[in-house]
Amino acid sequence: MSKPLPTAVRTHATALRMLLVMTVILGLAYPLLVTGIGQVAFASKANGSIVSSDGKEIGSSLLGQNYNLPKKNPDDPKEEAQPDPKWFQPRPAANGYDGKNSGASNLGPNSPDLLKLVEDRRAAAAAFDGVDPATVPVDALTASGSSLDPNISVAYAKEQVARVAKARNLSADTLNGLIAKYTQGRSLGFLGQDGVNVVLLNKALSEQK
Amino acid sequence: MSSTLAGWLQAVALVGALALCYRPLGDYIAKLLTTAKHLRVERGLYRVIGVDGDADQRWPSYLRSVLAFSAVSLLFLYLLQRTQQWLLLSVDNKAVEAHTAWNTAVSFVTNTNWQSYSGESTMGHLVQMAGLAVQNFVSAAVGIAIVAALIRGFTRNRTDRIGNFWVDLTRIVLRLLLPLSIVFALVLVANGVIQNFHGFHDIATLGGDTQSIPGGPVASQEAIKELGTNGGGFFNANSAHPFENPNGFTNWLEIFLLLVISFALPRTFGKMVGDNRQGYAIVAVMGLFWVASAALMTLAEQHHGGAALQAAGGAMEGKEQRFGIAASSLFATSTTLTSTGAVDAAHDSLTPFGGGLTIFNMMLGEIAPGGTGSGLYGMLILAIVAVFVAGLMVGRTPEYLGKKLGSREMKFASLYILTTPTIVLVGTGLAMALPGERAGMLNSGAHGFSEVLYAFTSASNNNGSAFGGITVNTEWYDTTLGLAMLFGRFLPMVFVLALAGSLAQQQPVPATPGTLPTHKPLFVGLLSGVVLIVVGLTYFPALALGPIAEGLH
Repeated sequence: MSKPLPTAVRTHATALRMLLVMTVILGLAYPLLVTGIGQVAFASKANGSIVSSDGKEIGSSLLGQNYNLPKKNPDDPKEEAQPDPKWFQPRPAANGYDGKNSGASNLGPNSPDLLKLVEDRRAAAAAFDGVDPATVPVDALTASGSSLDPNISVAYAKEQVARVAKARNLSADTLNGLIAKYTQGRSLGFLGQDGVNVVLLNKALSEQK
Repeated sequence: MSSTLAGWLQAVALVGALALCYRPLGDYIAKLLTTAKHLRVERGLYRVIGVDGDADQRWPSYLRSVLAFSAVSLLFLYLLQRTQQWLLLSVDNKAVEAHTAWNTAVSFVTNTNWQSYSGESTMGHLVQMAGLAVQNFVSAAVGIAIVAALIRGFTRNRTDRIGNFWVDLTRIVLRLLLPLSIVFALVLVANGVIQNFHGFHDIATLGGDTQSIPGGPVASQEAIKELGTNGGGFFNANSAHPFENPNGFTNWLEIFLLLVISFALPRTFGKMVGDNRQGYAIVAVMGLFWVASAALMTLAEQHHGGAALQAAGGAMEGKEQRFGIAASSLFATSTTLTSTGAVDAAHDSLTPFGGGLTIFNMMLGEIAPGGTGSGLYGMLILAIVAVFVAGLMVGRTPEYLGKKLGSREMKFASLYILTTPTIVLVGTGLAMALPGERAGMLNSGAHGFSEVLYAFTSASNNNGSAFGGITVNTEWYDTTLGLAMLFGRFLPMVFVLALAGSLAQQQPVPATPGTLPTHKPLFVGLLSGVVLIVVGLTYFPALALGPIAEGLH
């Protein structure tokens, strides 16, 4: 007969067995079950809502992207990327739509850095789109929470129409029609905020003949 | 529809949905905590782990089980992170650094989910699902188990037994958290939250760029992240990331999930003590604070105070277009009034008053409605203090639900209340005294101080959200914030369980005309006052140096 183990050892052994059982149920079986059902019932969404154009994957409809001109010197990390007038531009992003690095600027409401960024963005957007600086909407002046925001406000989309129309030789009516088509209302009519999905809008733009 | 009206409707719909769940969910939890019947699968589980499911424990034994389970969990999670490069599904992530692994292990075991790492570039899928998500379940269950033990202290008489931790844990996980998580994880997938085992997938974009699309079992983690008031994001941007929170509906649903259990637990309390009115009184206080805080937060964000936000014409910095101001305000309020700490907007960029409110919400002790279980036991401790204060006013021995609140009980309640502020203020003071740690602030001046104050408030109260600008992935912050989380979680639990044991041993005293009724509006008012005064007196100086100074500037 061996001596019974001390209480403290027995309690920890029980705890370890409990943790292992829970890990099998909650850490393996549960995510596998959800993945199994998700992959069968909602395959496209479970895999990231990937959209294609001309048979080629061009991104996820949920993740915003950059639409910049090629850099003059691709090896110069200091050179700031310039927006491409041919595309509708997304919101500013602290981490530049990098899928491996989501996050916000975290600049405070009184931050002098943020104040300067806002003023610079206002001037740049107004010059780029040829509008009065006072009319540039707030979502064009502030960075999103994720740096991957796929949406812009309808006002910001409309601001860009004249510039895109000119760069692509398309009519403003065509572009306004596309904006209306890719405007996502509030969920169920009242949850969240409406906006235009820039990924889908630009995809439609690229498919215009 | 105007955005103001839509904002109000979201809040009204939330209150309605929570009210609908109050009775059925609260009654269901009461039943699973009190029934003598075991499910067959549970009996099998008890046999595997070697416990007698019918044997209740004394409070020291219950506490030892909680601590042993948490210690083993901590060690397991630490080792899993340190060895992930040799395991499956590491998605090319290296072993997590020692100080980060310690901080993260403590963080998830204590239901805090403070993250000094960036999810997508640190943790492989296996660590996320078999390590972090498992703790999301069990740490939430531990909180509910503790409050169940405390309620048994009120309902049981002349006994030293307050329940069986292993049975409570098993039932809360298998009968409550797991089924709800499966359902809501699938709802999230149906709305666009990803659920796969892929790594990064590079795609050439129309703009001539390459974007890496992340993969991972996100929905399964997201559901329990909210439901268990955990808040640790799969991705660095947390619930602002479109793959965690794709649209206005999922955003509303996530707010609902992080509130629903904690708001239903007062019903469980009322049901177990045999007087539903007691539950209504508690939930009324919780509701009062939540509504007031949500309204103030929304107003503050709509007024977009702060020089930079004034220049932008709106408080959209750090907020997502698809959620907007109102929904983000609702999320920020709810996540800091519970112990969740998930964020759908960057709290660092909230207005001075809105950001200050998130800190204040946590300082209330996260009791409106608070974390799963921890919110209710925090509120019950404050109810005990409120009864005691009322007793002092009229000069008679206070009693709550038929149990006398003598010096022993009041000692445990007072220790509970002193623990968290001590950790917050000492930690913040230390960090501010060390030049290297002060340098961790991103913003300067009063806002920078708020970043440090927020960090220690969040860690000690097991919230986990942050004024994210602060650099905390250093050895000093990882170590001290880890200790803050550890003591902020387990010291209060010691006092709660000791109190439960002390209450259970008593013979109940019959109510007399002189007994303070604890189900009437008078008590709701008294308790609300105690909550505000206790917090106000404790934290006012610290708040004055941070958010108040910034707001008045």
